[in-house]
Formats: sequence, structure tokens, C-alpha cells
Amino acid sequence: MAPYNRLACDFLDELSQTLRASQEASMYPDVMSFAFWCRRGHIDTLRDQFEDSRVRLGVGLALHVAPGNVPINFAFSFAFGLLSGNANIVRVPTKPFPQVDLVCNVIKEILAKEQFQALQEMTSFVRYEHTNNATQEFSERSDARLVWGGNETIKAIRALPVPERCVDLTFADRYSFCVLDSASVEALEDKDLNRLAQGFFNDTYLMDQNACSSPHLVVWLGKNTDHAKAMFWQAVSALVAEKYELEAVQAVDKYTQLCRNAIELENIKDVDWADTGVFRVGLRELDKNVDELRGQCGYFYECDLEELSPLAEIINPTYQTLTYFGVDKEKLQELVCSNRVRGIDRIVPVGMGLDIGVIWDGYDVVRSLSRIIDLR
Amino acid sequence: MFSLESIIQTSPYALDKERKGSLYNEALHGLTEHHYQNCEPYRKLLNTLGYSPNKERGIAEMPFLPVRLFKEYDLRSVASDDTVKTMTSSGTSGQSVSKIYLDKTNAANQTKVLTKIVANYLGEKRMPMLVIDSPAVLKNRTMFSARGAGILGFSMFGNKVVYALDEEMRLDIAAVEAFYEQYKDQDVLLFGFTYMVWEYFYKALVRAEKQLLFANGTLIHGGGWKKLADEAVSNEAFKESLEKVCALKQVVNYYGMVEQTGSIFMECSEGHLHASIFSDVLVRRKDLSLCDFQERGLIEVISLLPSSYPGHILLSEDEGEILGEDDCPCGRLGKYFKVYGRIAEAEIRGCSDTHERQ
Repeated sequence: MAPYNRLACDFLDELSQTLRASQEASMYPDVMSFAFWCRRGHIDTLRDQFEDSRVRLGVGLALHVAPGNVPINFAFSFAFGLLSGNANIVRVPTKPFPQVDLVCNVIKEILAKEQFQALQEMTSFVRYEHTNNATQEFSERSDARLVWGGNETIKAIRALPVPERCVDLTFADRYSFCVLDSASVEALEDKDLNRLAQGFFNDTYLMDQNACSSPHLVVWLGKNTDHAKAMFWQAVSALVAEKYELEAVQAVDKYTQLCRNAIELENIKDVDWADTGVFRVGLRELDKNVDELRGQCGYFYECDLEELSPLAEIINPTYQTLTYFGVDKEKLQELVCSNRVRGIDRIVPVGMGLDIGVIWDGYDVVRSLSRIIDLR
Repeated sequence: MFSLESIIQTSPYALDKERKGSLYNEALHGLTEHHYQNCEPYRKLLNTLGYSPNKERGIAEMPFLPVRLFKEYDLRSVASDDTVKTMTSSGTSGQSVSKIYLDKTNAANQTKVLTKIVANYLGEKRMPMLVIDSPAVLKNRTMFSARGAGILGFSMFGNKVVYALDEEMRLDIAAVEAFYEQYKDQDVLLFGFTYMVWEYFYKALVRAEKQLLFANGTLIHGGGWKKLADEAVSNEAFKESLEKVCALKQVVNYYGMVEQTGSIFMECSEGHLHASIFSDVLVRRKDLSLCDFQERGLIEVISLLPSSYPGHILLSEDEGEILGEDDCPCGRLGKYFKVYGRIAEAEIRGCSDTHERQ
């Protein structure tokens, strides 16, 4: 089918409406944000952005291997495949998530309707253990594969034979960081400061700071950053105390990591661990391998910079998302483009870190999953 | 630095809160200063976390090390030449194990203190002892496992030691029955790790439909409840089951970790675990502040023994609660507490790995 074909758009809109009307779905913010994403208004915008008057069709059969520990990711991956005009086999997480069953059931119901019969014939959701060789069998027939996950998973799946023209989109383990302009933070009224903190909270704590797009490092731009830091972290702490449930084992993990860092790192300036909800390790300067320092569940590395340029020295292909506040995005664009750095695929304001879309990890997913018929 | 000699003659449960408090204030400052001077990673850690060893602070404010660090780093406060023994935790193959470096003094103190504590329950007299384990555990004497250390430590109380399991961890019925026939009416000591006792001794006896009624026997067991919790066996159920097949005068559980061998916490007749004068216990909330008594939280264990490695104040990965202090009906002074077991693993969200290869 053609990308953004009517049937696919209608289907997603119906899915959106059904989920948004569901009492059960409203319990899951991730399901709701997916439902909101596939509403007609948004899909129409995406279609308008996509139109380039070329003739396209989906590549054929797309195999989706969703990550095991992000419940709703499979639904986005499926939507991308559908919007590109493909038939889809979607492997959902083996781990039982209520969100997966909920969304799958709704999809099944809608596909059973007569007007979506064509889509029904093009769609399968599958669940199987990793010992199963189904991935191999599916791969042999796939025209495209979308593989989400750890680098090991990707390596293993890449090793499986596919048809010669099969397109692989691999969403590997990535690293993300945040740039805050201290003067801009300092100038914030309480209300706006809280909004910024809320955005930062959403980017990090909602996924235990373990999503590829969640920042591990906060870079503070400016000369005197102490006051801005105090303001910002106080606001984040308050939100964490109110909204985040830290498990005992996570508190121990974070404290253990702090001790490891204290023993191993040579460039720690200061640490703040008064609040187990927000651990902070201040670094004197940015090492080349700072992307190997990863926090979880509210564990952040920080560094002061007077200007952006030193960042160009350290950015490698692992870098995915740069979230920012108080910095001109043109300057950030320049940082990436003028220096021709090999990483950073996303530059988005704080709060939009986890907003997944058809442009992801540097790919235009819908274009990549469709082929152009060169008509003259 | 604090020397254990100053209290080794004191009765192990004879210090009340006030006297123990002042002892610990001084002793822990001394130990912390000693390790700070002699263990480089420990010094770095304290510097970074903002502890100055000289500063006056209460026991609760003293720096505590996550117990996992002993699995990841070689932490020692003596030169490697002076290390006479390296003890390891009993991890199954593939798991990382704790490595504890002991010098002569530290090793000797472990034995002395264990003897003092256990004698408080058993008396000084040696007795026939049935070790519910395999003699194979003791094969390598310089690389000590926690199991080996426990067996050797408790063997101080045995004058005739018999192993109940063979090299393949099967019940050695002939040996056990011979032991039984010879000593059944005397005071005897049975010792083993909780899981081994349950899995290879109790279950084997039940399967063989045998009873060994040691009416004057004491079973001491420790090493954690993780596996038994999986089988839903509680301390009470364990006791009852063992009494059915072995009669037994008392069944005593103890809590301790390889990082603080010697200063174990033993269970009294009330079923409470007791801190002796050689150890103390704190319980912390998730924000690391101190819990009130009878409030469940993370267990921090304190021992006066570790002198060759910085293991005197440790944050465990177990949950428990302090039940009281100085007022246990059994008469022992000091804190008494209970352990709930390992903290639950968290389900971390995020996409950094699918855990599902292929």
C-alpha cells in the first residue's frame, strides 16, 4: 500500500478514539500518549509533511522486534510500519505487560471490522521466547526489519539471513544529555521553573532514566552556575518526592554507584547525595568517555561549560538526544553541523525527550520503509 | 587504633546502650581513621562523599559501605604480604564473589569473637558435633569460602567432628547413624547452612523415613533464607520440621555475612537476633535516614572486628527491623532485631536492553 494510505490513517484514528475512551487505558500514561499520537489531526500533519509528490509504496513485509522492557514501544513501531504501507509482523515483549494485552486486544477488535479486513490480513502480533527460531524464519521473508534493543540483540538479529534487498533499521543503545543555560534558569519565575522541572522529570524519571533519550549528563552553560543549579534541583527534588516511588533496591544501587564513582573517577568536583531521589555527581571537566557514565532512577552527572564548543570534542555516534533549555537551537545545530560531529540525532526542548516519532534515531522511518517508483 | 583486646574479656551481651554507645563512638572513629590511612579506595571514597575521619560524629553519621563493593574491588588495609587468608562469599559459579583479606590479627579475632558469642548459647564445654555439609568444602585452606569459615569457626565447639554429607552432598547415612548411636543421649551440636540443612539433611531424612532424636542436641544454622523463602519455608516452619525428625533441645538461627565473619547475630529463645558487644545494627529508610524501632528498612551492620579491610560499617541488601534495645526477655543487653530477607529486585523500565536475544 501507499504510505499514509486512507485505510491506515482511518485505522489509527479509530484506535486512538477507542483507547482514549477506554477507562482501562486511561490508567496508563504511556498508552494514552500513544493514543494521542495516532489521532487523526496529528497523522494528517505528518502526512502533509511527508508529501513530496513522488509515487511510493511500502517495501512489503516489515518485521518488528520490540524492546523487552518498554511496554508501548511495539505499538509505535507497528504504527510506523502501517503508515509506510507495509504488512507487519510485530513481536511484542515476552514479559507480561497489561499495556501490551490491552492495546493488542483493541487492535484486534478494530481489525475485525469489515472495512479493515485488508489490514487484518496484513497484520500479526506475535509473542515468543528468545530461544525460539521464529525470528530467523520471519527474517527470511522480511523486506524490512525494525530492531529495537540492546546492542547484543541487534548483533544477534543482524546475523540472521534476510532477502538481499531487506532494509534493516536498528535502534541501538544510545546516550543522551541535557544542556541548560544557567542565566535563563535563574531568570525563571517559580511557575516556569516548575514547568521546566516537570519537563526534565518526564524525560528522566518516567522511564527510570533508562530510556535511550533520557539524559544522564546535565551541562550547565555559564560562569556562575551555583544559584541556577540550586533552584533547578530543588524544583526537581520536590517533584520526585511527590511523584516518584524509589524502591529500596534502587536506593542501594544508586548509593553503590556513587561509591564506585568516588573510587574510580579522578575528576569529581563535588557530589550531592542528601536526597536519595536525586543523586548528583559534579565533574570538573568532560572526559571523552563521559557517555560511559550512566545514571539510573535519578542519578545525574553535571558539568559547567562557558561555551558549547568543548562538546564537539566528545560527541560520538552513541549520542542520540540533546535536550535543551535557554539555548538557541540554531547554536546547537551549529555545534553539530559545523563541527560535523558523528552523534546527536535529536535536538529537542527539555520535556520532549521521550516524544517518539516517525523521525527517530536519525532515520526518517516512513521514507526508509517505503520505496519510490520513479515515474517520468 | 581501637584494640579488641580491651573488650575480649567482657561478657558478650553485658553492655547497655550507654556503655556500648561510648565504646562504639571511640572504636568506630579509630577504625575509620585506620582504614582511611591504610586503604586507598576507602580514602578516596570518604573524601568524595565528604567525610573527614577526624570529625566528631555519631554512629549513624559514620560512613557506611555498600556490601557489594567487596565483590568489585580489592579493599584491604594491610600489605598483601601480611594477608594470611582470603575469604570469599559462597556465590554459585558465574556470580561475582566478595573477597575479604585477613591478616593474622583479624583472622584470630574472628575466631575469638565467634567463640565468645557462641559460648554464651552453648557453654564453654566442647561436645560431639555433626557438621551438615561436605568435607569437600574445606579443601583449599588459603582460599576460604564463607561456608568453610563457618564450619571451621564452629568446629571450635566440637571435640568429635563428623560430616553428615559426602562429597556429592548426599546424606552419609552410615556416618550419621554411627554418630547417632554413639552420642544420642549426650549434648551434641549440629551445625550447617540453613539451605543445606533443609535440602540435604532434613529432606533426605524424611525421604529415608528416618528419625534421629537428639534430645539434647542444639542445631545452629545461618547463611540466609533466600532459597527457603522461594520454597515458602519460614523460620518457624523450619524449626518445627527439624524438631520432628531430630527432636533437638534448641534450634538457633544466626545472621551474619562473610564481610563481618565472627561477630554474628544469634537468635535467642525469644526468636530475636541479638547484637553482641562486638557488633551493632542500624536500619535505614530508602532516603538513608534512620528508621525508628519497629520500622522496616535496610539493615546496616557494624562490627568492631574488621581491621585488615574496611568492612566495619556496611549497608547490607537485606531488610529488617529493630525490635528493641536492652530489654529482650532473654536478658541479653544490646539491640535485638529481625530480618525479612533480601530486598526485592526492581523492574527497571527503559530500552537499554531487550533481554530477548534473537
